[in-house]
Amino acid sequence: MQHVSSLREPLVTGGKTLHDVTQDICYQVEAKPNLRWMAALSVALFFLGVFFYSVYRTVWYGIGEWGLNKTVNWAWDITNFVWWVGIGHAGTLISAVLLLFRQKWRSSINRAAEAMTIFAVICAAMFPVLHMGRPWLAFWVFPLQNTFGSLWANFNSPLLWDVFAISTYFTVSLVFWYIGLIPDFASIRDRAKGPIARFSYSMLSFGWKGSAKAWSRYETVSLILAGVSTPLVLSVHTIVSMDFATSVVPGWHTTIFPPYFVAGAIFSGFAMVLTLMLITRVVFRLEDYITLEHIALMNKIMMVTGSIVGVAYITEFFIAWYSQVEFEGYAFINRATGPYWWAYWSMMTCNVITPQLVWLRRVRYSIGLTFVLSIIVNIGMWFERFVIIVTSLHRDYLPSSWAMFSPSIIDIGLYLGTLGLFFTLFLLFAKFFPVINMAEVKTILKYTGDNGPTYNPKAHAAHAHHPATHGAPASAPVTHNQHD
Amino acid sequence: MKYWKGIEELDNTPEFMQSAFAEFMPVKESHESKDATSAPRRDFLKLMGFGVAAATLASCETPVRKAIPYLNKPEEIDPTIANYYASTYFTGADYNSVLVKSREGRPIKLEGNPESPITKGGLSARAQAAVLSLYDGGRLQHFAIKGQKAEVSQVDQEIRTKLASTTGRIAIVSPTIISPSTKKAIAEFASRYPNTTHVMYDAQSASALLQANGGVVPGYDFSKATVIVSLGADFLGTWISPVEYAKQYVVNRKVNTNKRTMSRHFQFETNMSLTGTNADVRVPVKPSEMGATALALYNAVVGGAGADPKTKLGMAAAELKAAGATGLVVSGSNDPAVQTLVTAINQSLGNAGTTIGTAASNVRQGDDARMAALVNDMNNGAVGAVIFYNANPVYNHPLGDKVKSGIAKVPLTISLNDRLDETGSLCQYAAPDNHWLESWNDFEPKAGYLSLSQPVITPIFTTRQAQESLLKWAGNNTSYYKYLRANWRGITPTDAAWDKAVHDGVLMGTALPAAQAPATPAMSPAAAASQLSGAAKPSGVELALYEKVGISAAGSEANNPFLQELPDPVSKATWGNYVAVPRKMAIEQKWEQNDVLKITANGRSIELPVLIQPGQANGTVSIALGYGRTLAGKAGDKVGENAAVLAMTNNGIQYMNVVTLAKTGATSPIAQTQTHQTLMDRRPVVQENTLAKYKENPKEVTEYEKISTPDGLEAPNKVSLWQDYQYNNHHWGMAIDLNSCIGCGSCVIGCQTENNVAVVGKQQVINRREMHWMRIDRYYSSDTHKDSFETKGKLDTYAAMEDPSENPQVIHQPMMCQQCNHAPCETVCPVLATTHSSEGLNQMTYNRCIGTRYCANNCPYKVRRFNWFSYYSNEKFEIVNGHMFTDLGRMVLNPDVTVRARGVMEKCSFCVQRIQLGKLEAKKQKRRPKDGEIVTACAQSCPTEAIVFGDMKDPNSRISQLLRREDGERAFHSLDSINVQPNVTYLTKIRNAESEFFAKENA
Repeated sequence: MQHVSSLREPLVTGGKTLHDVTQDICYQVEAKPNLRWMAALSVALFFLGVFFYSVYRTVWYGIGEWGLNKTVNWAWDITNFVWWVGIGHAGTLISAVLLLFRQKWRSSINRAAEAMTIFAVICAAMFPVLHMGRPWLAFWVFPLQNTFGSLWANFNSPLLWDVFAISTYFTVSLVFWYIGLIPDFASIRDRAKGPIARFSYSMLSFGWKGSAKAWSRYETVSLILAGVSTPLVLSVHTIVSMDFATSVVPGWHTTIFPPYFVAGAIFSGFAMVLTLMLITRVVFRLEDYITLEHIALMNKIMMVTGSIVGVAYITEFFIAWYSQVEFEGYAFINRATGPYWWAYWSMMTCNVITPQLVWLRRVRYSIGLTFVLSIIVNIGMWFERFVIIVTSLHRDYLPSSWAMFSPSIIDIGLYLGTLGLFFTLFLLFAKFFPVINMAEVKTILKYTGDNGPTYNPKAHAAHAHHPATHGAPASAPVTHNQHD
Repeated sequence: MKYWKGIEELDNTPEFMQSAFAEFMPVKESHESKDATSAPRRDFLKLMGFGVAAATLASCETPVRKAIPYLNKPEEIDPTIANYYASTYFTGADYNSVLVKSREGRPIKLEGNPESPITKGGLSARAQAAVLSLYDGGRLQHFAIKGQKAEVSQVDQEIRTKLASTTGRIAIVSPTIISPSTKKAIAEFASRYPNTTHVMYDAQSASALLQANGGVVPGYDFSKATVIVSLGADFLGTWISPVEYAKQYVVNRKVNTNKRTMSRHFQFETNMSLTGTNADVRVPVKPSEMGATALALYNAVVGGAGADPKTKLGMAAAELKAAGATGLVVSGSNDPAVQTLVTAINQSLGNAGTTIGTAASNVRQGDDARMAALVNDMNNGAVGAVIFYNANPVYNHPLGDKVKSGIAKVPLTISLNDRLDETGSLCQYAAPDNHWLESWNDFEPKAGYLSLSQPVITPIFTTRQAQESLLKWAGNNTSYYKYLRANWRGITPTDAAWDKAVHDGVLMGTALPAAQAPATPAMSPAAAASQLSGAAKPSGVELALYEKVGISAAGSEANNPFLQELPDPVSKATWGNYVAVPRKMAIEQKWEQNDVLKITANGRSIELPVLIQPGQANGTVSIALGYGRTLAGKAGDKVGENAAVLAMTNNGIQYMNVVTLAKTGATSPIAQTQTHQTLMDRRPVVQENTLAKYKENPKEVTEYEKISTPDGLEAPNKVSLWQDYQYNNHHWGMAIDLNSCIGCGSCVIGCQTENNVAVVGKQQVINRREMHWMRIDRYYSSDTHKDSFETKGKLDTYAAMEDPSENPQVIHQPMMCQQCNHAPCETVCPVLATTHSSEGLNQMTYNRCIGTRYCANNCPYKVRRFNWFSYYSNEKFEIVNGHMFTDLGRMVLNPDVTVRARGVMEKCSFCVQRIQLGKLEAKKQKRRPKDGEIVTACAQSCPTEAIVFGDMKDPNSRISQLLRREDGERAFHSLDSINVQPNVTYLTKIRNAESEFFAKENA
């Protein structure tokens, strides 16, 4: 068992007991949906409707419903794809990498961050399928046994690597997330009153008993999955970046892309985690679990990755100049000063300049400013992908083919639609799943003799009809010897 | 311990043991009645299940499409084998001898007839597209009285009665007719109704030219010309006989190591024409200055008055004089004085017999004065009957309004036009003519050169050949075929000779009656000179009316979507006309591209969007004729505006005027397939150099890119991560001579018809989604070059390089799939839908394509085309893409080429179906394919033979020889440094002038 220093600032404030943790977090699941949640869900469902309408137009009439043309064959679709995949990075990073580095503060945020990852990857996965001219044949990208003779997937194609990278990432993230949820589901099951809830949560909790052996296996599996996920954090965006880096398009054909994309992904992922956590924290009154310290730490990560991305932007220009390749040089001059200069400078402002404000302690600890900053970074990272994709394509080798891109209403609808999809999923998650990992948070509570992880008979009496528990609830880790 | 499942198991009886280990218990029928009417439950379920399944299957049956085999197979027709028939395309503008490719009795493509001594296998874009007009649903499908369907016999009877009782003049109005037999039929009609006159007019009139040359077009021969001066004649694009002239023109434009000479071409013109883009020296002049230019040239060449040799006019005069008999002056002006002086200059050069051959051309015979007189007569009530024979003067004559009012006053009006067009719809009777592919006819395009057309399909609609109608009304009931055949007895006395003539499509001989002398006699050069020197200079903005390469001034191709979507060779605009204005005027007037202007002249005004046209003479604007049809058909109606009403008509027809322009505040986007105009000094894309340099050392005209390696500078293909493909049998390649390519766009349409390429319509072109597999990139030169980086800075230089010069040089670069040996598209496809063939082709498997479009992004040449919509079934494309939509239109599709589904990528295949056919033919005959046997559609249609296609594996093929000869000289690959190793090789353009495309060396 780990030692908790009495001098160190607590990671969870408000003098919470183990029971308080259970109570605070399960309360959101057990309580009736509040009006604010209902309102938010309605908005999200409206945009989900927009999504379905846009999908219908795209699938029924064809990709011509979008604004693409013979020169710019990818634009918002792949921009959105990379943006969502990037957002999906923070979850695994927080849960896996920070777990391996024993960053205990991650416990309060990892659940929501992982959920965000999964939902973001779901949103991302929409685009590679929808952007296909014939999405009903999407399964052809898998190297399946088939009746087409010797036809097989092309293992040279980065798009195929993408298929593997994204599907692996999604699967591992989902398993990791779900494993973490099991003990908490068991807590909810144990407290559930209604038969439907009891049945559902007992199914979801896979019959978790909370035995020491189960906890031990749980810890082991978490570590293994963290180990498996860690390279994935790097691989997914590396491979996504290869969609561009392996091509001949000036502005895409760049060896710096893999690290630059990974940094950018973590950057945007943390921004999205911040956006979501700042809202959740207020809506579900989780200020004691997601503290200002968390926000400051995430701000720092954002600033560091933002700076890496900024260096990458500048390096690209340097290399374009240094290589003396005409097309490459022009691609970057055009990026900064051509018809899409506004997109480039939006990107630079949002991604490189604004995160530097985090150097100021006042900004780092300000909830309002952090929220604004996180939104700005999200916008900036969307523009980054737009700039890379569209400004490189729209003026490549032959000036005769140079063209402009402008999105159609369906392009916009699909983007807003995936936001609707994302928030629908996230809101359902936030209502029906425990948004904070109770089990892990309980391990980082700071105990004193007065405020120990003890059984409170008074509180317990209120739940007399509970299945008999000997001491702690089944879902709580055995921490009686915490004082040692 | 043992638990028994029941008492039976404990007892362990044999009955129990029988079924104890069976997986299923034996089933007992619940109801074992002998009553036949009762249905056991299981039977009921079986029957119901079958019934539901059967009903479901029946309701999802796929539609049955019946393919009926021949009961009696026609001798000539073998299913899937194409037949070729010689024929002739002439619709009153340009003449082309063609071969009609027919599959299962359907004409599907037109190809040039190599036997023709005039067009020599070349074919214009209009002729290429003409096969589509055969299946045009906008044609009138029956005879009609006052627009209502009527029986043929009834129409004939009424017309004959009325003609017999007609008092006053009977007029037959037609465009130029070069058919001897048709003229004879008209003469026969005229002998039956003696008041008949035949009036011909040309929508793009050459009256002045005819007047100055005794009623004929001189037999120009550009192939013998070393110095060509054109005063506004677009002879490569639209003037008189562009295919013939283009063929001749390139003879002296092609260069090679052993022939380092080129003709010199001066072009004085208002709007940037296709010919102007090919000129060595192009001088923009106002339409009103054309007379003065001709006069100055006349004075310098004939009069001996020395023009300042520093001016371009002086240069032209001096070079013409020096060239003497190999000089040639042509003029597109319709001013008799100008044409008189041009004739005088040519005479003084002594070029008769060299650049002006003896065989005069008949393809223009229209007489403006006669037509104007007829229009007056019609309005005066002096005309008793008028027959419009493929003539639409209400639309395309500048006096269209008067023709319209005149028709109302004529007691009997008959239209032989193929549709109820602007003129036909005003006539009482409509007896629609067959399409020329449904007709017999003869032609004499040049004196002594005959050609035939033969029907290749029975008339699709209830139409009748116009000649037959005229004969019938004249009381002669023979079929036109018999009439024609009889008429040809003198030329082809035997059946064998006739059969050979029909087979070849062309032969030598003459049959046309002598040309009618122009109504206005020719002027003397002195009179012409004094008239021109005294001409008043107009003030104000001048308008020049011109003709497009795709749509003729007559507008008769308006309902042909192929031609509407053919990018203008210069502006790259499709679907409609516009006001071409010079940049200077646009800046002064604060007009932007696409701003709609109101253009007023003759008290009439039209509204058209602005297109900023480099090379447009300052103080002038230009508008194309042939647009703004109102009754052409669904695709052609309301595309652009009719500019014929703006022409000057007070002194003959002059295709110019003084106009006032006013901005309306509206905008109307112009659908251009290319919106960036300059090359940005990208020599790796396309190369050109000067003749002087080429003469000096042919090895220095092309700049070969080198890349740095540890061993020093190397050719890009020396370094590669790839394993090279081995081609054991064939290796197909293409070479494109940029010196020969004039940019006419014939290949674009040839490719479109051959490969079933969809037409997408104006909005999709604006969205940059045209589907052409082959395009011609056109670059203007800029005043700014990379050498300004240090003085102006990189950013400003790049920005300035985007602007074309005021009077730029132009280069045309045909661009299609380069069939890269290291194709970037092939590596990125996740499903292997695009792969490399064992013969060097980059092949596209439509069935396998899932449409990620990664290949198109990764294509450096941007030649891949994506099916954004289902062009053959999405209602949005029903009108423009009728050739894939309707049963009638689909008859034109090439059955050898798949119509691509929505969501798949497509691109140039090097006409793989033709390669396959050629290989199979050779295999059947147990031999190797011969060079020249397999030709792509683009190479075949090219009037200038700029495209050479062949097997690079065969050392004796034309392409191998060409590449060997040009290796290290003019042969280069576009974008060599990215090492995609294309199978298409370009030959550097050589300009007989200073090149303005790239920064001067050591400047």
